Amino acid sequence: MAKKSALLQGNEACAHGAIYAGCTFFGGYPITPSSEIAEVMSKLLPKVGGKFIQMEDEIGAMAAIIGASLCGHKVLDATSGPGMSLKQELMGYACIAEVPCVIVNVMRGGPSTGMPTGPSQSDVMQAKWGTHGDHAAIAVAPASCQEIFSETVRAFNLAETYRMPVQILVDEIIAHMREKIVFPEPGELEVVSRRKPEVGPDQYKPFDPSFGDVPPLAAMGSDYRFHVTGLNKAPDGFPTTKAELVDAEERRQIRKVNDHAAAIEKNEEYLMDDAEVAIVAFGISSRSARMAVDILRGEGVKAGLFRPITIWPFPEKRVAEIGRQVKAIVVPEMNLGQLIHAVERSTKGSCILDGVGRVDGEPLTPDQIMDKVKEVL
Amino acid sequence: MTTLLEEQVQAKVDLPLLANIHQAVELDEYYVMGHRTCAGCGPALSYRLACKAAGPNSIFLGPTGCMYVANTSYLCVPWAVPWMHTQITDAGAVVSGISAAYEARIRKGKYKGTFPNIYVFAGDGGSSDIGIQAASAMMYRDHDAIFICYDNECYSNTGIQTSAQTPYGAWTTFTPPGPKIPEAKKLFPKDFARGMIALHPAMQYAAAASISYPVDYMNKVRKAANIHGAALVHVHAICPKGWGLRANQVLLCGKLAVETGTFHLFEYENGEYTYQYQPKAFKPVTEYLKIQDRFAHLKPEHHQKIQEFINQGLKRCGIKIPVEAV
Repeated sequence: MAKKSALLQGNEACAHGAIYAGCTFFGGYPITPSSEIAEVMSKLLPKVGGKFIQMEDEIGAMAAIIGASLCGHKVLDATSGPGMSLKQELMGYACIAEVPCVIVNVMRGGPSTGMPTGPSQSDVMQAKWGTHGDHAAIAVAPASCQEIFSETVRAFNLAETYRMPVQILVDEIIAHMREKIVFPEPGELEVVSRRKPEVGPDQYKPFDPSFGDVPPLAAMGSDYRFHVTGLNKAPDGFPTTKAELVDAEERRQIRKVNDHAAAIEKNEEYLMDDAEVAIVAFGISSRSARMAVDILRGEGVKAGLFRPITIWPFPEKRVAEIGRQVKAIVVPEMNLGQLIHAVERSTKGSCILDGVGRVDGEPLTPDQIMDKVKEVL
Repeated sequence: MTTLLEEQVQAKVDLPLLANIHQAVELDEYYVMGHRTCAGCGPALSYRLACKAAGPNSIFLGPTGCMYVANTSYLCVPWAVPWMHTQITDAGAVVSGISAAYEARIRKGKYKGTFPNIYVFAGDGGSSDIGIQAASAMMYRDHDAIFICYDNECYSNTGIQTSAQTPYGAWTTFTPPGPKIPEAKKLFPKDFARGMIALHPAMQYAAAASISYPVDYMNKVRKAANIHGAALVHVHAICPKGWGLRANQVLLCGKLAVETGTFHLFEYENGEYTYQYQPKAFKPVTEYLKIQDRFAHLKPEHHQKIQEFINQGLKRCGIKIPVEAV
């Protein structure tokens, strides 16, 4: 029997992906261009016994999903730039308290109110460093409606596996574009749930490093009682200022992502084997870049596309290899140079590197990318 | 001996109250052409009437909302007085800064004009939901400014989502009716103006008005402006798009809200409430609900629940006017 398919907007695909991943709680606040995610969740969640709450603001939305996640739910929140800025305090809280949650940021122009109905890719660095303090970050950046579905499922898996907030960075174009989606059958995509405690309530510590860098998380409201705080904490969850405990906890929280970067990273390569010039692009810009590669190949230029699907952690190793393989790398992005910093940090000057940015609310065209390629070669 | 600030504040001429609609029509317009609001837009009318009442010695602040976005889309804006956008979170804080800055400049002799009337014009979300913290703080600190909440009972800018002012039973894009939740929105709305009065007992003036009673509304704006200190005006501003009404039903709908006791017209001065609409009996709420598409899915038991909520509200407010039977 043919699989179910539908013509869906990226935002709608995201909501369906969340339900597939087992999401049972959505806390949200309306903001263009992400509101359709909440709209669809408000319809779907009651049908699966889940709960949708519209909160009083973006801060409340993020706080609500943290609370629901600590009670054992898989949780989602969706917003755009101004809302993401408001959530940053709680992004930090979710990092330090190690609370699995998924936050969609449908990127629009900025800073501030910017261009609510226009696309952008200018929250790349915010996704990594938006909240204060040392912390690890995981962010994925799908480039099609089908991929929004599958990357939403993967974002839940990553959040549950690494017990931390995971961001889905979507630009307004893909969020509002309609494409055919083929719904995977149950079981077709891997769905991961958080590790449960392997000891009884009397032995349980919420941040016990003896269970590895990602300690199991009990559900509040179960037999397990534990302390959660935004303060630096000891393995038992209680606040501490003991230097060795604070240091160990901070380092573990960074290590749990860094040591598993290979498992978290996901990339797509197109005609990269013999490429002499690489275009490193994500999201909507990668679709223009792919067309640019095809046209350049037709003109005899050995171009290839490297598309990071996981933006953070950035695939530094592979990009370093590419930097040694090619003469030049071009980074097209709908901002004035953000991802290019990660590329530069990876390639360390091993090839020519240049960016092409656009911040006028219009997508980069293949022509703009090709012009830059020809300029650098 | 009076200070310079006191002299300047005293120099501000009180805006006279209007005797009738003819006097209102004669007033100059400060909310003019150049916007793209919907036909029959209640919030746009509430803005126009407020600006007319406010006059030229005014500054308006617009936190994010439909009256920001729909008014600023054509490389021009409809305000003939100074206006600025604030984030939806913080209009009360920005107006505090402007008011305090005028006071400082006057105190230092750097500003010789009269103290302006500084208005926040915030939607129900920017007032009673995300904006409530800053609104409350402005009233608590008693800055010389006027907070107008234009209440269209939804977040219409982002596509008709529920707000803390959306009534029980209303369809919004975030409260769709379905088999699990047949009444759509299950929660009852905040009583914003009375809530703010209770929270700030020293506030000198607060009022609730409706676009369907324009002279009453404009006079309330003027009285709020004439106060030296923080004042609040809550205006019921019907949204034809969000409520499912034709443009020519908007003023009728506003009238029915008042005539059914759903929305109370009142003033709060010197610790006393006075009510401006005192019929022999209120109409049953069904008359108000049945003309709006957002309530089309409701069943008689839901109508009954809303009627009970209204009856309780009248009782709570000490309004001893009966409601007609259906």
